[in-house]
Order: sequence, then structure tokens, then C-alpha cells
Amino acid sequence: MQELALHILDLFRNAVEAGARKVYIAVREDTASDRVEIEVRDDGRGMTPDQVRSACDPFFTTRTTRRVGMGLALLEAAARQAGGDLRIESAPGRGTRVVASFQMSHLDRAPLGDMAATLEVAVANAEVDVEYEHWRDGRVFRFSTRELEEFLGVDARGDPGVLAWVNRYVAEGEKTLELCPAKGSGVAGAGKEVDSR
Amino acid sequence: MKSLEDLARLREEVRERMKVREGAGSVRITVGMGTCGIAAGARDVMAALLDELAKRGLTDVTVTQTGCAGLCEYEPLVEVARPGQPKVTYSYVTPEKIRQIVAQHVVNGQIIGEWVLAAR
Repeated sequence: MQELALHILDLFRNAVEAGARKVYIAVREDTASDRVEIEVRDDGRGMTPDQVRSACDPFFTTRTTRRVGMGLALLEAAARQAGGDLRIESAPGRGTRVVASFQMSHLDRAPLGDMAATLEVAVANAEVDVEYEHWRDGRVFRFSTRELEEFLGVDARGDPGVLAWVNRYVAEGEKTLELCPAKGSGVAGAGKEVDSR
Repeated sequence: MKSLEDLARLREEVRERMKVREGAGSVRITVGMGTCGIAAGARDVMAALLDELAKRGLTDVTVTQTGCAGLCEYEPLVEVARPGQPKVTYSYVTPEKIRQIVAQHVVNGQIIGEWVLAAR
């Protein structure tokens, strides 16, 4: 994958396939520690310890349409070649949490890429609530489909106009991380002061 | 943020569109969004598709995503199901191609034969 944002979309699709109703997506960039972390956490059906152990084996999949499952194997390889690792926490009925870490300055680390497009495609899965946080050196941008739906007052996430708005909003939000010091944003209150992490 | 200013206007537009959408969704477009599809460019195809539908104000189209169909080498794959026509699967779809598929197939009902992988 050429972008971390594509790995995030792939993890999101795994969550959808696992029957998730809520998915939390986080990107954490910390210049001081030279680390980038991506996290996708869902409330789907989860995996047994055996399935977790096999999850990064490209010849293991729970699907029946073919006999390979490349997504987590590719992500693990991408993390390891960039001085990081992959952690999977999961239990049947309790969802799955996948965290991949990378050395930020590593030459082989893929760029974060187009999170706006990834979020737009994720939000198009109208049956799943998406919560997104992007932390960069203590600043944060947040997006939540629940907030969006409350504001719109109708279930309109399949509406192409709404999805196009999500793309523009996230693209603008990602830019604020570069421009506004120590501020966060969200649909309900752009520019809120937040605690740094 | 400029997009937040857009949101209030969007709310009114969406409510109007939702009234029009009652019983709509006559054309169904499915984009393959498995690992293979994503790696081959399906995300940007989907984004271009949604953008094209929004620009044209098409309210009778339902867009869905699906996982790997086992035809990884043909990704990105897009299926178009239009009433009265066979279900058509297009292969090697790009953002440029999907805009043309919307214009020719979804709007005008003309299947673009040279890009078709399967029709049933």
C-alpha cells in the first residue's frame, strides 16, 4: 500500500466485515519521539486467540471466496520495515483493536496520505458509526459521524453531497493541524482548546 | 472552517433530497473494497464516483461496497445494476473511467463494452 490511509481503510473494512457498529480510528504523530501510530478499534465479533495468532499469516483468512488474507500481513510488513510493529488485541464478542507503529523519520515509512478520501469512503458505510481523531504534537482534529447525524437531523450518510462535504471537512481539518497551535476541532465546535496527550 | 459554514446549507439541501429519495435507488453501484481493491485504487474510484453523483445531483443511485470477490487481478472492480439491463462488472476501473461510466451507463443506459469483465 502506498499510503497509511489505505491501510486504515483496509482495517476499517475488516471491522465492517466483522459486523462492527462502531469503529474508532486514530492517527497519532509525535515528532519528539519520532513515532507515528495508527489505530483502528471496533466492536465487531472479535477473534479467538488462535485467529489472532494467525491473523498476520497471508495464507489465513476467515473468508471463503479465496484462501489468502493479505491485509494484516501487508500492514505488519510495512510497520516492521519502518522500525515499528503491529499489535492486535481481540476477543470473541468484544471487538478488535489493531495498532501499527512506525518510526516517523524512517525512509521506508509510507506517507499518511489522503485521510479525507479514506474517511469519505468509510462514512459511506452508513450502518457503521465512525469516530476519528488525528493527533499531531499535542494538537488534535476530530470527526464523528454521530455528531454529523445529530446536526443533519436525518440519516443521510449515503447522500453523495454529504460524503463530498465529509471529504472537504476532513481535508480542511487535517490542514488545521499544521496551522493552529494547541487547538482542536470537531463538527460541534471547531477550534476548541484541548488537553495535549 | 469554510466547510462548517457549508454544513448548515447542506442540511437544508439534504432534507429536500431525502424527500425526493423516497422509494428511489433504482440504480445500484457496488465497488469492490477488499484489500486487493484498495491496493489497486478502489478508494479513489469510490471518491470520484461519489463526487460525480453529487455534481450531477443523481438521487436514484445507491452506492455500496463489498469485499474481495476472488478476482483480485482485475481490481478495481465496479458492478452496475440498472433496472431492465444485465448486471455489469467493469474491471480495471480508474477515477476517470468511473466518471464516464456514470455519464454513459448510469445516466444514459449505454454499457461501455470494452471495459466489461462480465455481464449477467
